[in-house]
Amino acid sequence: MSDLFYDAAPNATRVAPPLPTPRQYPAKPQQVYLFGTCVVDLFFPEAGLDAIRLLEREGLRVHFPQEQTCCGQPAYTSGYTEEARKVARAQLALFANDWPVVVPSGSCAGMLRHHYPELFKDEPETLAQVKALAERTFELAEFLLHVCQVELQDQGEPVQVALHTSCSARREMNTHLHGRALLAQLQRVERVEHDHESECCGFGGTFSVRMPDISGAMVRDKTRALQDSGAAQVISADCGCLMNINGSLELQDSPLRGQHLASFLWQRTGGRP
Amino acid sequence: MSAKANILAKLRNSLAGTQPLVDDFDEALVSEPWRYAPEQRVPRLRQLMEAVHTETHLTTLADWPALLERLLTEKQLGSLLIAPSTPWGAQLAEHFAGRSDAPHLKAYDRPVEEWKAELFNDTPASLTGTLGAIAATGSLILWPTREEPRLMSLVPPVHFAILKASEVYDNFYEVQQQQQWAGGMPTNALLVSGPSKTADIEQVLAYGAHGPKDLIVLILEDA
Amino acid sequence: MSQRIPVVELSSRDLKRNARQALGDSQLRGNMRSAMDSLMAKRLASMPDEYEREHLREMGNHVRARALSKLPELLERLEANLTRNGVKVHWAETVDEANTIVLAIAQAHQARQVIKGKSMVSEEMEMNHFLEGHGIEALESDMGEYIIQLDHEKPTHIIMPAIHKNARQVGSLFRDTLGIDYTEDVDTLIQTGRRVLREKFFAADIGVSGVNFAVAETGTLLLVENEGNGRMSTGVPPVHIAVTGIEKVVENLRDVVPLLSLLTRSALGQGITTYVNMISGPRRADELDGPQEVHLVLLDNGRSQAFADGELRQTLNCIRCGACMNHCPVYTRIGGQAYGTVYPGPIGKIISPHLMGLENTPDHPSASSLCGACGEVCPVKIPIPALLRRLREENIKKPDDPHRVMRGQGSKYSATERLVWQGWRLLNTSPLLYRLFGFFATRLRSLTPNIGPWAQNHAAPKPAARSLHELAKQHLEGK
Repeated sequence: MSDLFYDAAPNATRVAPPLPTPRQYPAKPQQVYLFGTCVVDLFFPEAGLDAIRLLEREGLRVHFPQEQTCCGQPAYTSGYTEEARKVARAQLALFANDWPVVVPSGSCAGMLRHHYPELFKDEPETLAQVKALAERTFELAEFLLHVCQVELQDQGEPVQVALHTSCSARREMNTHLHGRALLAQLQRVERVEHDHESECCGFGGTFSVRMPDISGAMVRDKTRALQDSGAAQVISADCGCLMNINGSLELQDSPLRGQHLASFLWQRTGGRP
Repeated sequence: MSAKANILAKLRNSLAGTQPLVDDFDEALVSEPWRYAPEQRVPRLRQLMEAVHTETHLTTLADWPALLERLLTEKQLGSLLIAPSTPWGAQLAEHFAGRSDAPHLKAYDRPVEEWKAELFNDTPASLTGTLGAIAATGSLILWPTREEPRLMSLVPPVHFAILKASEVYDNFYEVQQQQQWAGGMPTNALLVSGPSKTADIEQVLAYGAHGPKDLIVLILEDA
Repeated sequence: MSQRIPVVELSSRDLKRNARQALGDSQLRGNMRSAMDSLMAKRLASMPDEYEREHLREMGNHVRARALSKLPELLERLEANLTRNGVKVHWAETVDEANTIVLAIAQAHQARQVIKGKSMVSEEMEMNHFLEGHGIEALESDMGEYIIQLDHEKPTHIIMPAIHKNARQVGSLFRDTLGIDYTEDVDTLIQTGRRVLREKFFAADIGVSGVNFAVAETGTLLLVENEGNGRMSTGVPPVHIAVTGIEKVVENLRDVVPLLSLLTRSALGQGITTYVNMISGPRRADELDGPQEVHLVLLDNGRSQAFADGELRQTLNCIRCGACMNHCPVYTRIGGQAYGTVYPGPIGKIISPHLMGLENTPDHPSASSLCGACGEVCPVKIPIPALLRRLREENIKKPDDPHRVMRGQGSKYSATERLVWQGWRLLNTSPLLYRLFGFFATRLRSLTPNIGPWAQNHAAPKPAARSLHELAKQHLEGK
């Protein structure tokens, strides 16, 4: 009964996976991998670089395998499972050492941690490797907070910010809690709540182009809530949402913009852009 | 092949080679969070029932007929449907015996077909007993019988129910176990937790949708 | 004229077109948002203890899964016990068969009027329409259902069918259809409904209801409701016909304890409904009321297809609470009627393809951002986002794929789209190609096209001047 669902026979009646227990965090390692993700790579590379800098400041040696591409999530959520599996397989060999894999995006971290095991459930040998990878995959905020036990020194001017957390990051990785905890360490940063904060921004990967009417209604509601919150800046740890939110704000000629949490933390704590 | 045979064959085929899941029903989970100290049961029941517009009264085995008489007068109810052969019905009949100002006490003593129009149009209130109540949810337990048929607690706009304070259970699970429901269910068993209501228009609560508009519970503290 | 909203044509199954219309209806948007906000808050207030809530959801999941894991046996036990109790059990593979069964019972009693308690399965059957075609009036008695029947609409929500209407709209509707003076007073409107429908309960030849849980152990049909119309429908007319899906059975009477608590709290934030009505048979010889006959119609209608696959079988855990709708950002914005299906919202998107075929619901699996709000609140822990993803996979299969899973699979197959994804795969499995792409995308960033659907809601995307691959290499070199 307590076995994970992906171990069951295909036609067996499934029960829900057991209730999650709080994640046990390892001691701070000396070396880590960064899995940059494709959206960060092309659209928010400075966020990836700031993630590296934050990790380095904690005394870690960061490795960025140059062969990395995408986690496979866009194809996976679109139903192109075989294509997703091939792309996922191409990533597996790149993180061969037993170092943590830090991902500056909650939804991509969730893909590695929760969906890779489902993708490779029928390949016992790969599955063992995949489960080990899942076990050492961390979202950046979570890693800074619980593994590095970072202590941030705020050096910026007083500012109000709103925090948006991607849905899969929230539900698969608890990223909203980690992001809040990190922002709370910054003395002159006030995090303001926005209306329907836990609601989806309407991105959903290919959903945003398959269902532009519905997605558009969602992102307009989200950006209105963010603008009404009084925040001078939007912070998020997920670049898919940031593309969606920033693209909509820009179209509306709003001065408000979203920034990746890594860049915000780096700049608030004296780091140079 | 019949529809039944087709459906069952498909289902069986789909389950080929699999085992039924074990029964891991967790009694504690449906009972522990819903336990109350004996002196808390009636207050909790009243609080929950009153929150949904039920009227409750604490009274005694000896006094309830007089209380009911007062309530009938206040609510200007000139007649009451009772079950004369139950202890409650008998006690009430005795209370009003020989009095010229007594309300019209009628009995549900023939099949509904023989007096349906009167039941629907000319029976403003009824009195029934209960099989107890549930503190966890604020619910009365009713098992309609020949003496107190199922429509008796439904069609009249005002329903008076008598509840013995000693028969307030903690939770539904406990009721099922102690009253051994699984051993034999009546044709109709009911949990009633307030007067009829609806929130189907704009989520605005309105009472008296189709069933009783008023539910009045007389709680006998010494019974 | 009453204000009829939304204006979505009921015959349309084009979700995208319906959605566009619904999104433009600010009245609908406002009504839905405030209703869903209130339902979400009520649910949470009724389940404040996270430990209790999460463990009870797990238990609900296990109870339902256990029932499904022995479904054929439980259905036979249910039938045996109901039969022993005097209930006549009928089986139907299709809605046509189910309607034929109901009609035969009605005709055997020369029935002219049917009064209905709330039943989503009867909506699947389009029973009202069918019976009216045979000269039998079928009237809804749930206040919400009655309102939308008067307005010739379909339910917008499985628990609150008329949630998309406000009191003004109902006031106009009652004035126009029932000839009463216009009022926005909800009490007056409800009392009007009560008066009209009491006459119908009185006169009806047959009462029809759904079933919330069918208990195999005791042969009991359990119905929950607040209004009393369910008790009226099942208690006043001489004949009661219950219609339900084959998945609604549970093993033991005690199994309904957690499910009942989950159902009423998830649906309405109520610890219990006003009435929990447990029916285990028709009137006995020594009883004075209750129906002389009770029938149960067990309907398949595509459920056995979902049942065949271990993953998709989880769809049948559903206890129809509607919490997934209340929490769904898509449903909140477009309302229930835009789906063009009997069951709207997240559960509708995963059950309707089995009832109607993917060919009739091709856009439904895609109309979700997979945000997961539904799965998070589902009282029986149906992994709705995972099932949506699975249906997307079935939807884009090659139509001639020999592995047959469901009716209409491959309805969204597109050779072009497949080619695009193969190109995407090639790019992302060849590091060199990927970096070349990154190099040119960043160097030619001002030429990035803003493709149509994205441009509808966003300014043109612009890649950075250098990719992270380049920045990281530069930064880490020599360290």
